[in-house]
Amino acid sequence: MGKGETVKANNTSFLMKVVRNQCFIPLAALLLLVVINLVADPGFFKITLGYNAAGNPVLSGFLITILDSGSELAILAIGMTLVTAASGGQDISVGAAVAIAGSVLLRVLCGDNSRPETLQAPIIVAFLVSCLVAMLFGAFNGVLVAYFKIQPMIATLILFTAGRSIAAWINNNELPVISDPSFKYYGEFIPGIPIPTPVFIAAACVIIIGIVLKVTNLRIYTQAVGINQSSSRLNGLNPALIKVLAFVILGLCVAVVGLIKVSRISSINYSVIAKDIEMDAILAVALGGNALSGGKFNMTASIIGAYVIQFLTTTLYKFQVQSDALPAYKAIVVIILVVVSAPTVREYFSNFTKKLKLSKEVA
Amino acid sequence: MKKKLAVLLAGAMVMASLVGCGGSEAPAEPAAAPAATEEPAAEEPAAEEPAAEEPAAEEPAAEEPAAEASGELIKVGIINNDPNESGYRTANVNDLKAAFTEENGYEASFAYSLKNDEQVAAAQKFIQDGVDYLLLSAADVSGWDSVLQDAQAAGIDVILFDRTIDADESLYVASIVSDMDKEGETAVNWLKDQGLSEYNIIHLQGVMGSAAQVGRSGALDAAVASEGWNLVTQQTAEWNAEKAQQIVQSVIDSGEKFNVIYAENDDMAKGAVAALDKANISHGVGKDVIIMGFDCNKWALEELLAGNWNYDGQCNPFQSSYIDEIIKTLESGGTIAEKTVIMDEKGFDATTITQEDVDNYGI
Repeated sequence: MGKGETVKANNTSFLMKVVRNQCFIPLAALLLLVVINLVADPGFFKITLGYNAAGNPVLSGFLITILDSGSELAILAIGMTLVTAASGGQDISVGAAVAIAGSVLLRVLCGDNSRPETLQAPIIVAFLVSCLVAMLFGAFNGVLVAYFKIQPMIATLILFTAGRSIAAWINNNELPVISDPSFKYYGEFIPGIPIPTPVFIAAACVIIIGIVLKVTNLRIYTQAVGINQSSSRLNGLNPALIKVLAFVILGLCVAVVGLIKVSRISSINYSVIAKDIEMDAILAVALGGNALSGGKFNMTASIIGAYVIQFLTTTLYKFQVQSDALPAYKAIVVIILVVVSAPTVREYFSNFTKKLKLSKEVA
Repeated sequence: MKKKLAVLLAGAMVMASLVGCGGSEAPAEPAAAPAATEEPAAEEPAAEEPAAEEPAAEEPAAEEPAAEASGELIKVGIINNDPNESGYRTANVNDLKAAFTEENGYEASFAYSLKNDEQVAAAQKFIQDGVDYLLLSAADVSGWDSVLQDAQAAGIDVILFDRTIDADESLYVASIVSDMDKEGETAVNWLKDQGLSEYNIIHLQGVMGSAAQVGRSGALDAAVASEGWNLVTQQTAEWNAEKAQQIVQSVIDSGEKFNVIYAENDDMAKGAVAALDKANISHGVGKDVIIMGFDCNKWALEELLAGNWNYDGQCNPFQSSYIDEIIKTLESGGTIAEKTVIMDEKGFDATTITQEDVDNYGI
């Protein structure tokens, strides 16, 4: 009898551990979406190998589409998590910054001619320039936040408002089109490799940030600054520098996303490229159960959160939800997910179960 | 208290910087202007048209005793939306700039804003400056009554272009607009004429509620109801190429058959085509899937010329020749027969389009 009880207690504590893990909510949401799709149509998970118009092998299927289209969001979620943790606020200018990064990339590739027959510069050079510009804009946001103590959302509002006009201005308001097929490799497929390239790029970013967080002190410094700025300063950290660093890393993520986005369509449209992506990126961080007021963070949970959002979007497209009703469905799902993953709600539930246990023990 | 003050100050600073950005748009214009000279091909037709009409219009002017047109320049104040808004707006702005020059007998001042209140302020300034004509593409349909009454009191003729407003007809002399319903009908009639054995249509909509979306969707919806066509999916991609790509991808992934893509702008058609290419589905003249777009971007017309797309509907941004004609008529003491002028808008078919069309009508 007594033995049975300890096993049960162990079970519940294991269950509690799983439930209390930060990755639980996004994973549960992912599982829920998988189950819904499995019940509605198992064909959702079919992956087929076909050939694209150029005759190269490509994998296709909903899962591939989710992994492919979710790449940008996952990459941005990395930077957004760091910014959120360090500054206790969010950067709402990432969509506009992606437009700027993409525009710079095309400007370098095209030179003065908006319809070049051949590329005017190697793609890697153009990408590095756009990285530099995006990091500069990131640093601009970071300095406003860290040194001028402006709230992140207000500070980034500047670029949010002006960014797309700046992007258009960089290319003299023209819409460059790149005809070189090798530019498409970054947003579509590398010939011979059937998996979309953005998946590899996202994976590389995830691995790099994983290593950086493991090897360097970035995680602990960022969290320290986010939790208590003054005590982190007393411990010899420079909170302002850490904050700027977070924004600069986000800038780097933005440049990578810019490359993928413009490569996907070999062109750019300043007013709609990466539109509203900042909101999805913030949502990914929230879905990952990270406190939006900063402090401790879980990178894995944010990244899973990003793919959950893409999974949801693709599912809604698949069910052909009426256009005008689409945002409403998304909003309902988002409200549920965010409320459930809010720290206060989680705390309430853990207290609740504790009480239940106590009352049981008393009984 | 100090904190509150800081937040307030920060807010004020941001407001100031935002206003600064708004103001700086005008000086940014000259930077964009060289673009106009780089690609004169697009403006040629517009520049030529008024020139061709001039002799006809000036003849009656010569009969008038006080022939103003001979020496003095006609002062026009032009209020438009932000040129960065879209390719359409860029073409529109360039067209107006090319037409209302000193060589053509005009002294033009320009004001750009996407905000109604800023446009109203610009209108008041133009009235104070004593312009002869006020040309207006309003950001919002309402809020124009009092300023237009001021204009009337000052003896300034108001001509609306591109967008209508909710104001009494007596407050303006003419309104030159696109008929979005007609654009949709032209396209749908073209589709009917293709005589396909069955119509399985993917319908990609613009931002829900916009005039272009309502007009272009309305015509297709009516035809679907009357002709018994099948809508495979009807979704909004919000003018966005990437979203369109995802929607079409999800239809392909689910294995449903379709043979027409009706995209309400060129960008979305481009995204759809990217998804088709990935799945090796042939498209264009004589191929499996018919591609339809709108707006007549230059690159889109080139796709037509190459036979990759089938149809592109025009949304005419070249209003200057119409405005010029009206002003010349008024200057010569004539009257305007029709208050609302609906512009000619073409639909291009890939089988009949020529390089000349691409040069003349591409924006």
